[in-house]
Amino acid sequence: MVPRFAAWIGRTGAELTWVVETGHLRRFAEAAGETDPMYFDEAAALVAGHRAIPALPTFAVALRAPDPREGLDLDWHKLLHAEQELLLDRTIYAGDRITVVGRMAEAWVKEGKSGTLDFLTIETVGTDSDGRRVFASRSTVAVRR
Amino acid sequence: MKLPSVGDKLPELVSAEITPRQLVQYAGASGDWNEIHYDEPFARSAGFPSVIAHGMLSMAFLGRLVAGWGGPASVRRLTVRFRAVTYPGDIVTCSGQVVSVNGTKVEVQLQTKKDDGTITLDGTAVLSLLLFSEP
Repeated sequence: MVPRFAAWIGRTGAELTWVVETGHLRRFAEAAGETDPMYFDEAAALVAGHRAIPALPTFAVALRAPDPREGLDLDWHKLLHAEQELLLDRTIYAGDRITVVGRMAEAWVKEGKSGTLDFLTIETVGTDSDGRRVFASRSTVAVRR
Repeated sequence: MKLPSVGDKLPELVSAEITPRQLVQYAGASGDWNEIHYDEPFARSAGFPSVIAHGMLSMAFLGRLVAGWGGPASVRRLTVRFRAVTYPGDIVTCSGQVVSVNGTKVEVQLQTKKDDGTITLDGTAVLSLLLFSEP
């Protein structure tokens, strides 16, 4: 069986540059139920040995790249997050400028008990203003046929 | 600092009861506005009894678990598989155990579990001992 998204592999979305804002970091930490003051307060972050308010590890996914699936016929009712991988080259801090770009990296198909599932992996890479990679994310969704 | 060794358990992290409010908060903070997380009719038409929590919210709890142990700078890699769905009203317990220590690289096996025993996520984290912060 041919994976439904095979023809789209290699397709890249547009680049987008984020300036990481203190308010964004705070809101993310709050949504995640975090209470450690270093994620909210700059003085507490400095005391903890950081140069600014640090991001929680999975904050990288909040720096969304324009979706490389744009224009694809995707039914969001039938889509579920299956796997997520996050490689962190360094901590993200308030004030960082990070450019992100997403790419359709992999597609495969699996026959399961409950029917056919198409898997699609989107890879997103974040790079700082010195051109160094900050993170790479691989997000795999399963789409029911 | 006492160095981590194989078999060490991370202090467990227990979430507050997941609420629809938290799902909207997480949608806004993360930019994941899939309606399945806050629009009841949409979630039902997708075959769920109610809205479902972002899998990434539970992964954020795991991020808190490992960052709370080694400090946010020490976390180099986080990988999960989403195994079951979490709903508003659920409480998520996050646990981790050291499975290998290789030089400065510590690998931790991770799991999130609901009160009824359902495992919702499993995964691994890699932390760098060089970047561990003192507790």
